Amino acid sequence: MRKIIEAAMAAGICVLAIGPAAQAHAILDHASPGVGSTVAAAPPVVSLSFTQELEPAFSSVTITDASGQRVDLGNVQVPPGAPAELRVGLRPLPPGTYTVSWRVVSVDTHPTEGRFQFTIGR
Amino acid sequence: MSSYRLTAGAARAALVFAIIGTAMPPERAAGHGFAGQRFFPATILTDDPFVADEVSLPTITRPPTGLDRSQELGIDIDLAKRITPDLGFTIGQGWTHLKPKDLPGVTGLTGLNTAPQYQLFIDGPHEALGLVGLNVGWAHTGRVAALGAPDVTTLSPTFNFGKGFGDLAPELAVLRPFAITGNVGFDFPTKTESAGTPNPNNLNYGFALEYSLPYLQCCVKDIGLREPFSRLIPLVEVAFTTPVTRGEGVQTVGTIQPGIIWSGTYFQIGAEAILPVNKASGRGFGGVVQFHVYLDDLFPRSIGKPISEW
Repeated sequence: MRKIIEAAMAAGICVLAIGPAAQAHAILDHASPGVGSTVAAAPPVVSLSFTQELEPAFSSVTITDASGQRVDLGNVQVPPGAPAELRVGLRPLPPGTYTVSWRVVSVDTHPTEGRFQFTIGR
Repeated sequence: MSSYRLTAGAARAALVFAIIGTAMPPERAAGHGFAGQRFFPATILTDDPFVADEVSLPTITRPPTGLDRSQELGIDIDLAKRITPDLGFTIGQGWTHLKPKDLPGVTGLTGLNTAPQYQLFIDGPHEALGLVGLNVGWAHTGRVAALGAPDVTTLSPTFNFGKGFGDLAPELAVLRPFAITGNVGFDFPTKTESAGTPNPNNLNYGFALEYSLPYLQCCVKDIGLREPFSRLIPLVEVAFTTPVTRGEGVQTVGTIQPGIIWSGTYFQIGAEAILPVNKASGRGFGGVVQFHVYLDDLFPRSIGKPISEW
């Protein structure tokens, strides 16, 4: 009995051990401004940090205000030396709630997407 | 009287599922459980509403003590594999040690189960998934006499669904990490009785209600959780089996299973308690643990892809 359980667990570990490293779905790890946060002043840049490295050509982020108008500068980039990060500049923004929508492709071609809001304090 | 004929009901159900599946092409399935920004983990008790490239290796189950006070330990292996992006299959088999009260224990294989599956729809904006399948429990693929493995092949058309609560109103944002998956299926045994005991047509139904901390962190509010806590998904699963025909004197049985899943980059680990819903479902409580691997993330350019893309 015990040997069978050990063998099954060992088989599972072997599957992991022979797999390649650092390739999977890219999930948002954290952001600045933070997800659901309220900041005192408008940030010049929004940055998103993911759990996996990104394909820059297939990764995008847009930021819209409460009326759906786009407020980012469109200069999305994966910064040099930070292959799992996405940044985009912002116009000077008034207080309000803004929605960040992102869609990325990790280096192993898995697409993921998401959105969150942050608020500039009133 | 026994018969090995496929019932007319099973044939009709299969035809209906085939027509629905053909008429509703889905968005592209993603290898494991994504619908928009929602990630659905593979649940232990409730069949998943997505085709996938995943393997449970192993699932170790200690059910509640049986009505006859027998005790059991099961070890199962299940593989889910995509054939095309939207068409897949599952195959699974288990090994069981059964110890009847006051009798020697017996060990051996349980029955083989397979299921072709089709991804009916994926609605990203509404975080919704639907899948149809045909579960088949194969006769004489386990130790029938000693362990009660089936001597009858059973066909079970199923519909599995998933729905995230991410589209709730802003004032209910704290509830957005909730999601539910569920399934309903109906058993069509290919013979009506075994050794004088009726094989009933069973209705199988259940659901899993989960609260995703990864979803809370990524999409609602970063409350400062970091790994490993930011990848925890507490959940409760419920499943019932109700005999509909030839089930005279047989009660509905089921379990309630509260637990937690930790979902990592390449694998997930789940653990749940098993609580019987009534005396017919067992005595006391049991437990189950599962180690579950995402093949599409581990092997994205080989066996983790649909077979049609190899």
